[in-house]
Amino acid sequence: MSAAPLDVARVQADFPILKRQVHGQRLVYLDSASSSQKPTAVLEAMDHLYRESYANVHRGVYAIAEEATAAYEGARARVASFLGVPSPSELVFTRNVTEAINLVAQSWGHANLHEGDVVVLTDLEHHANIVPWHILAAERGIELRWVPLTEDYRLDVSHLDALLDGAKLFAFSAASNVLGTLNDVALLADAAHAAGALALVDAAQFAPHRRLDVTEWGADFVGVTGHKMLGPTAIGALWARPELLDTMPPFLGGGEMIRDVSRDGFTPNEVPWKFEAGTMPIAEAVGLGAAVDYLEALGMDAVATHETDLTAYALRALEDRFGDRLAIYGPRTTERRGATISFLFEGIHAHDISQVVDEHGVCVRAGHHCAKPLMRVLGVPATTRASFYVYNDESDVDALVEALAAAERFFAI
Amino acid sequence: MAGLEDLYREIILDHYRAPRNRGELPVPPAHQVEGYNPLCGDEIVLYLDIDDGVVRDVRTGGQGCSISQASTSMMSAAVKGLRIEEARQLIRTFKALMSIHESKLEGETDGEDGATLDGVRLGDLEALQGVVKFPVRIKCATLAWNTLEQGLDEAGQPQPA
Repeated sequence: MSAAPLDVARVQADFPILKRQVHGQRLVYLDSASSSQKPTAVLEAMDHLYRESYANVHRGVYAIAEEATAAYEGARARVASFLGVPSPSELVFTRNVTEAINLVAQSWGHANLHEGDVVVLTDLEHHANIVPWHILAAERGIELRWVPLTEDYRLDVSHLDALLDGAKLFAFSAASNVLGTLNDVALLADAAHAAGALALVDAAQFAPHRRLDVTEWGADFVGVTGHKMLGPTAIGALWARPELLDTMPPFLGGGEMIRDVSRDGFTPNEVPWKFEAGTMPIAEAVGLGAAVDYLEALGMDAVATHETDLTAYALRALEDRFGDRLAIYGPRTTERRGATISFLFEGIHAHDISQVVDEHGVCVRAGHHCAKPLMRVLGVPATTRASFYVYNDESDVDALVEALAAAERFFAI
Repeated sequence: MAGLEDLYREIILDHYRAPRNRGELPVPPAHQVEGYNPLCGDEIVLYLDIDDGVVRDVRTGGQGCSISQASTSMMSAAVKGLRIEEARQLIRTFKALMSIHESKLEGETDGEDGATLDGVRLGDLEALQGVVKFPVRIKCATLAWNTLEQGLDEAGQPQPA
């Protein structure tokens, strides 16, 4: 834990891409909820592996194969430590949260869910935590139930016990990728367990921004995505309670995930390798290890404080400048709220806003954010979304506000 | 580098702010067809009154960005009164316009008395050619045309040979 506040200028210097210009303007990157930028430490860790120690892992007995294996397993240990995972053997590398949830649905789900069984989701889920369950519903005839939202864009837990009654699994996000809402994960996991269900947490939008301890949450499955937390693409992780991982059948079959293969069948490898079929993204795992080291060095409490302060500044700046003309879809205060802000101008489509602010060097996302059920609840086809991270500061908020003002003038009716 | 004025030409903003042919037609006799852009959530509804091989009337509904809405408005104005085969030719021409590489854009469609492509007069539609410089927005511009094509197909009109 670090008590020192975040030195944003120093952080910015660590991200080479922030030095470039677009359309002759300083790059203002406000789409970290989609994918974060990468610090030099991550780029160098991957580059170093490829230049000095690259070989396949767990196979060769030569020196560089040993080095690559140590780097890969060392990365697993560092990511496990970052997430509060008691033992690295409980952490399975996956491509991302999407693959982590598909792994749970196809492995645990196939073994444990049958016709009529209930899986409870929420109205603020990303498609990654919806479609794997739709697939299982079509295959197995399981029932999906949905926890609704309150008027202030939080989960409505007033009827949670009734929704969870008879459920086998409660799968929910720790943080909304659209609204910025932070859910009370421990409360939701407790409710699941009280109903006899397991709890799966999509932590894609939480792990980059807050200190995460899977044991404090008390959930059963937690998935994270590396590229949203300063790491490279194609690497993420699934933590599950070890007794679950031990009994879950393999997900993908192939090399590495076996102990023995004959003409008659196979014996799976131990966890976590049982779930890591084929050659894994080795350099990407090493990059993710460097990313969590970088975040640890900043201090996740300092990261959280910085983001909360910046969110408060942004909410105030948007309201002061645009008032009722700009609708914000998400909590209006920083209480249990992350640094993702979705909004719409009355009468101007999200894509048009995004296009015009790009002209000012400002990168924001426009669309349904892979959360179409939520868009239907909100009653809009799309929103514009600005999301802030460790390398953003108040000047980025100011640039956003000026660019939005220009967009509003451009489309004035 | 492509500037905003390439994308948002004044005539596009005019069609966006004051879309032509908004509304509905009784179904039947009109044919109703819906188009949807899953990536950005844009959706349009077309009502086509087709009689004796001629697109007698078009009405449009739905919601979307300025490009998709302006393109829908322009399309409705352009195809009203056209024979089916002329409408299909215009669809092909417009899609060709949307597939011209940016580097070949200059001069390609400039004619003495307004822009033409493959001998088809584009009129206001020429204003949409700047969309090509913004590849992710091309699908916004083509939504109305793909939907019209689907509508002509569904209405059981003869396909061109």
